[in-house]
Amino acid sequence: MSVAAQTLANDHSHDEGHHHEQTFIEKYIFSTDHKMIAKQYLITGLIMGFIGISMSLLMRLQLAWPNESFWIYEVLLGRFGKDGVMDPSIYLALSTIHGTIMVFYVLTAGLSGTFSNLLIPLQIGARDMASGFLNMISYWLFFISSVIIVSSFFVESGPASSGWTVYPPLSALPQAIGGSGLGMTLWLVAITVFIASSLLGSLNYIVTVLNLRTEGMSMTRLPLTIWAFFVTAIIGVVSFPVLLSAGLLLLMDRSFGTSFFLSDIYIQGEVLSYQGGSPVLYEHLFWFLGHPEVYIVLLPALGITSEIIATNSRKPIFGYRAMIASILAIAFLSTVVWGHHMFVSGMNPFLGSVFTFTTLLIAIPSAVKAFNYITTLWKGNLQMNPAMLFSIGLVSTFITGGLTGIILGDSTLDINVHDTYFVIAHFHLVMGISALYGLFAGVYHWFPKMFGRMMNKNLGYVHFWITAVGAYGIFFPMHFIGMAGLPRRYYKFTEFPYFDDLADTNVLISVFAFITAAGQIFFVYNFISSIFYGKKAEQNPWRSNTLEWTTPVKHIHGNWPGEIPKVYRWSYDYSKRNSEDTDYVIPGQDYIPQNVPLRENEEELNH
Amino acid sequence: MTAFLIIIVVALLGITFWQLSKIFKLSKPIDSNDTQIADNKDNQNQGKIFLAFMIFLYGLMIYSFWSLSKFYLPESAAEHGYEYDQLMFISIGIIMFVQVITQFLLHWFAYKYRGQKGKKALFYADNDKLEFIWTIIPVIVLAGLIIYGLFSWSEIMNVEETDDTLVIEIYAYQFDWRARYSGEDGTLGEANVRLIEGVNQLGLNENDPYSQDDIIVNELHLPVDRPVLFKFRSQDVLHSAYFPFFRSQMNVVPGMVTQFGFTPTTTSKEIRNSEYMIDKVKRINEIRKENDNLSEDEKSYEFEYYLLCNKICGASHYNMQMKIVVETEEEYQKWISEQQTFKELTAQN
Repeated sequence: MSVAAQTLANDHSHDEGHHHEQTFIEKYIFSTDHKMIAKQYLITGLIMGFIGISMSLLMRLQLAWPNESFWIYEVLLGRFGKDGVMDPSIYLALSTIHGTIMVFYVLTAGLSGTFSNLLIPLQIGARDMASGFLNMISYWLFFISSVIIVSSFFVESGPASSGWTVYPPLSALPQAIGGSGLGMTLWLVAITVFIASSLLGSLNYIVTVLNLRTEGMSMTRLPLTIWAFFVTAIIGVVSFPVLLSAGLLLLMDRSFGTSFFLSDIYIQGEVLSYQGGSPVLYEHLFWFLGHPEVYIVLLPALGITSEIIATNSRKPIFGYRAMIASILAIAFLSTVVWGHHMFVSGMNPFLGSVFTFTTLLIAIPSAVKAFNYITTLWKGNLQMNPAMLFSIGLVSTFITGGLTGIILGDSTLDINVHDTYFVIAHFHLVMGISALYGLFAGVYHWFPKMFGRMMNKNLGYVHFWITAVGAYGIFFPMHFIGMAGLPRRYYKFTEFPYFDDLADTNVLISVFAFITAAGQIFFVYNFISSIFYGKKAEQNPWRSNTLEWTTPVKHIHGNWPGEIPKVYRWSYDYSKRNSEDTDYVIPGQDYIPQNVPLRENEEELNH
Repeated sequence: MTAFLIIIVVALLGITFWQLSKIFKLSKPIDSNDTQIADNKDNQNQGKIFLAFMIFLYGLMIYSFWSLSKFYLPESAAEHGYEYDQLMFISIGIIMFVQVITQFLLHWFAYKYRGQKGKKALFYADNDKLEFIWTIIPVIVLAGLIIYGLFSWSEIMNVEETDDTLVIEIYAYQFDWRARYSGEDGTLGEANVRLIEGVNQLGLNENDPYSQDDIIVNELHLPVDRPVLFKFRSQDVLHSAYFPFFRSQMNVVPGMVTQFGFTPTTTSKEIRNSEYMIDKVKRINEIRKENDNLSEDEKSYEFEYYLLCNKICGASHYNMQMKIVVETEEEYQKWISEQQTFKELTAQN
């Protein structure tokens, strides 16, 4: 298959010479070039991230000082922050939109969208995605979806406020909460458009990986980044349509009087006509996407980390095949564990037992991954570039957050920590912070490839250490207030005197949150100024093996000026010794790029 | 404490901005040889910072366990909670054991193998034995936890109804709770939201003989040591009945009846006099004494069990609670005999 792709690509390369000059719009706006689309995804994702994180700061401000007023509420929230007092319903809206933006817009599109687009063609040796046009459509749908979700903040009755899971009946009935009016409709529209975007992107990634690999690039020579993006795309294709169906049914309940999720409701002095539906059905449909979504967010980050840790340790990733196997195992298991979000939803307790079993199984491939990362560091020659720091940080938060999953995944233990701050701490560490670290690691590592310039490393160091200290400062103590039975999505805790002595810890958490957020200024400054004034990058700054570093620094359409390089080895021949064990295979060079043919003085491995 | 923290924030922010301006100055391209790739000095420094970070992380963990683990709920006031807590402590023990070891290895390796000029990394791609070991160990440990957990789970969830079981309906609506006792006949009358009218706020079927002696209250009284089976019903949206002190929780779903059962073992009086609660209440009252927003009455707090809503249900979700009183059988009988039955309620109006 890849041979056929090769000839096709060769044909393509003939017209490189007499390429027509691109207009501004073709080049920067409606671009079909995967490298430009990757940048569009990244910048849109970062802007959405800025919005999402700002929302969390407003929530932290409210939680730390619940009975005080802050003018910032009035400035940012308008009539929902009258006289500097936050309205309880806007607090719920903030948490809803914060969750939605961070999960879908930042960590799905901003992370997976950016790096799948950038790296899939470059690392497999393809001129572009299978369909550049669909790829462009995918980005623009994402952009439209982003605009819609942000614009829902300007709706009079407020944006969707029933939590990012938008469980009906709360999300279906405008009588129950203001945000379930037009705001909720916009939420559903935005997510529908987002799903279309995600599906177009994912199908493109799958087809590209399967069909457009260069000669010699067998599946077992693919860098783990590509494996992660590939499997992520498959999970997305399997599970996103289910969310679409849930959204569609919810839309029909809301607008056309059907009763898929609603039954026996009396609200505001009136019995509604709905009969026979069940919110539990919605929960099943939602979490059938919702849980795989966690891995859609996390796997790309783990893929990026694998690549960066190997490159910067100057060692092959330990257990390459085990890493692939665990990606596949995680992907498979991720589709059969959704019920652990519903242990106390009222579903049959027997189902709870089954989901406990599958959920704890998923800890095994995750543990294998963590141990393999640690072993990759062992006896390495670690190059402490900012991307490497973020990757090590990711392994750390992935372990800390993953371990508490053992408590939440156990149906018995979940009973009393379900929907408390223990859950918040768990998933923020294991998917939020870890995936963000993956995003940052990817940006620092592939910035030279994206923009042809280097990011400032000292700013990168400061950024990492503030974030690392801050993230643990926020989320480690949070487990303990969760175990005190502190519920999530509470506007304030002062109605319960029992929680009074947790207030100091809440202040501490908020303080760490503000410091961490302030630390991101270093990144923003570094990112923007490096695009324009950064030091010019060399072709292969990190001395890496993968194919993207064989392309010229200046972007060209079709990626390689001449023929597409052939691949002769896997991507992890770092510090490989020659057969006499006297020096590296290539004397004085501790890496062998994938396009270098096997040498006589080296042992052939299974790749 | 708050003031102290604010001072720390301001100070840290000050330092942040000071460092910020310093770094901006440093970040200006002065040295054209600077490639922005980590050099030997960076590798050394960052490796050492990883060691320092490890100390910070361990410090944070120790601090959290030392001074925050007192927040863990008091000893369970329900029978099954004893097993719950034991499983919880075993699980926390295991995960903290793994956490301490793996974080040590990770950060120690980051420090120990930090890059050095001239050093050569070891080409080490595979070791089936090692990988087998760290696949099989989690398998064994998790199998143990799963089996333990599942036994407790089925014990807790499969409640057997005996003659002695007290069946109580917990009714949720935006934003309050009601409890319905079955009265002398021991059977809850039929109810549906479509029948809600006037004082009949829970939609009981007035023609059903079983509903006549039902008792509807807004305070939950439970006799100690007697199994209770809760039947949950919601009037409008999803709610979740969370009884933290009884290690119990169940969602309340409109359109269906969910259930959860437990046996309370500690009366309100007993828990108020427990060492844990005396300490806790003392701490809370010290905090409340300094809070000027509270009236004199509110300043002295006495512990009562409560039930709270734990599923987002609308603007006042944060204040949807019901007081629970656990008392002796005699006290309970006395209390319930003083309550108005549904028949009396409807007759009045």
